[in-house]
Order: sequence, then C-alpha cells, then structure tokens
Amino acid sequence: MEQFAAVKRSKDGQPVRYLIVDDSVFARKNLARMIESFGGQVAAEAGDGLTAISEFERTHPDIVLMDITMPQMEGIEAAEKIVQAHPDARVVMVSSVGYQENIVAALQRGARHFVQKPVKPEVLYEVIKYVLGEDGVVATAANTGA
Amino acid sequence: MKMELIQPFINAADAVLSQGLQGATKVGHLAMDEAGYRRKGVAGMVELSGDIEGRIIVDLDPQTAVRVASHLAGSQLPESDTLIRETIFELANQVVGNAISALNDQGFHFRVHPPMLVTAAEGDKTSEDVEALMICFETSLGNVFMNVALRYNKRRMSDHATAGR
Repeated sequence: MEQFAAVKRSKDGQPVRYLIVDDSVFARKNLARMIESFGGQVAAEAGDGLTAISEFERTHPDIVLMDITMPQMEGIEAAEKIVQAHPDARVVMVSSVGYQENIVAALQRGARHFVQKPVKPEVLYEVIKYVLGEDGVVATAANTGA
Repeated sequence: MKMELIQPFINAADAVLSQGLQGATKVGHLAMDEAGYRRKGVAGMVELSGDIEGRIIVDLDPQTAVRVASHLAGSQLPESDTLIRETIFELANQVVGNAISALNDQGFHFRVHPPMLVTAAEGDKTSEDVEALMICFETSLGNVFMNVALRYNKRRMSDHATAGR
C-alpha cells in the first residue's frame, strides 16, 4: 500500500488514534492498513454501534471511522449518541451506501464527513487532514528529525 | 425484471471489482436464472426492503474467492480463512451500497440488511413475480457471479404515487 506523509496530533506530535467501526472484519482490516500508512494508530475496533459507544468511552480516540449498516445499532445512531455525549468527537462515516439522504442524515446528526466505499486511501487521507484541521499536522522530514 | 433496476447493480459491480482488483472487468455472460439459484462456492447475500425488495448474491468458486480475498487483504490467505467469507460479504455490501445510492437518486427508497452467508447449494425457483438474473464478471483473478432477484414493492410504489398526486 502507498505510504503517506504521517499525520500527527499537533498538540503532542503523537500518532492520531482511531476507532474503527464496521461489522465486516475485512473492512476493519482494510481501514487499519490505510491508517497505518497514514502514520496513525488503531485505538480500538468495534463491529456494531453499541460496542462503538463503549469503545469510544474507553479509548477516547481522535477520530472515529464509522460504517452505517450494522447489526444491533446502525452507524448514524451511534454517531449521534457519541457526539451528544462528546461534542468534540470527530466521526467520519465510511459506507457504501452513499446517497444524499444518508449523507445529510449523518451530517445532521453529528458526523463531520462521509467517505464512500470502496475507500480510496488518498481520499480518506485528505478527509482525515480536513477533519483534524489545526489539531493535526503533516510530519515532514524536518519535524520528524529524519 | 426491468433493466433500469439491474443496470445500477452491473455498473456498481464493475466499478467495485475494477477498483478493488486493480484491473479491467468484463461482463462475460448475462442470463435469466430460470432453473433456480445454484451456489458456485463462497456466496454472500444482501437483502433489500423498501420500494424495491429482493436480494443480491455475490458468488465465487472457492479458488477464485481465495485469490480475490488474498489480493484485497494484501497477503496470501489459506482456503479455510474466515476472512475469505468476510471479503465476499464486503464485496456484496459495496456493490449493493453503490447500486442503491444510484437508485436512491432516482427516487427509490430502501433498507439494506447486513450480508449473510449462503449455505444452501440451491435456492428457490424464480417466479413471474420475482425473476433472477445471473451476471458473470470476468476479472484477472477469475469469474465473479452476481445473482440479482428484485421486484417493485407495488404497495409502496402506489403509496408514493398517491402521495405525489
């Protein structure tokens, strides 16, 4: 997989920590590989919305990558509950169901962005940088000490 | 079954397979599946409900499933690995998700259900009401079969028509 310039947390220079939520093990592994290529770290994984909420409380990740169609609790509802409890939470919806109605519902209920599957690494990378804003910094040879 | 229902699924499968397998795909064979569904290997089914209801099955023979899953996972997987099944589920999910995104833009509303493993060797015969279409996509890693059986939900469609008056 293509390697990207690492995106770090600007406050402490540490890797950005992610919670990956998807009922597909394959999709979680695929996203984990992309995150590693961005210099990030997987804080936790969850296979449904309910587990996502408890894993968010446990790990307090910098970014949540959240699928929509999942058993028990769907992603949009889980995103809403996380954002209600933690208004600063950054939730990015990652789903193959990318019609306008779904995207609008997700954004209205607290998601920061939407990425359609199949996920292109270069698209997710740009979304991550955008969602982090000033809280993220792209490591260069100068600031990594290389 | 009307082609306007099928075409978004063909386009979505073509796009998902081309991108995922990083190569061109070709629609090799397309036929009505009148005798009833016969599983070829590792098969994942996604059900739809709403204005259009039915199911889509993505089906690969075992060797092709291993090749496709290994390619997408970035490492060689053994035939017994559960990740192979998961990969086929995710492929089915992505095809359906992309197709219904296009259909939703035409005004159809759906609910997509999580993928399920198809374990039966054969499925029900199709009927006049629910016809099934089998489409074969030729890829560099082998053939990927998609079986689409959908019908309009007449009650829902008439509700929409009434509401639109």
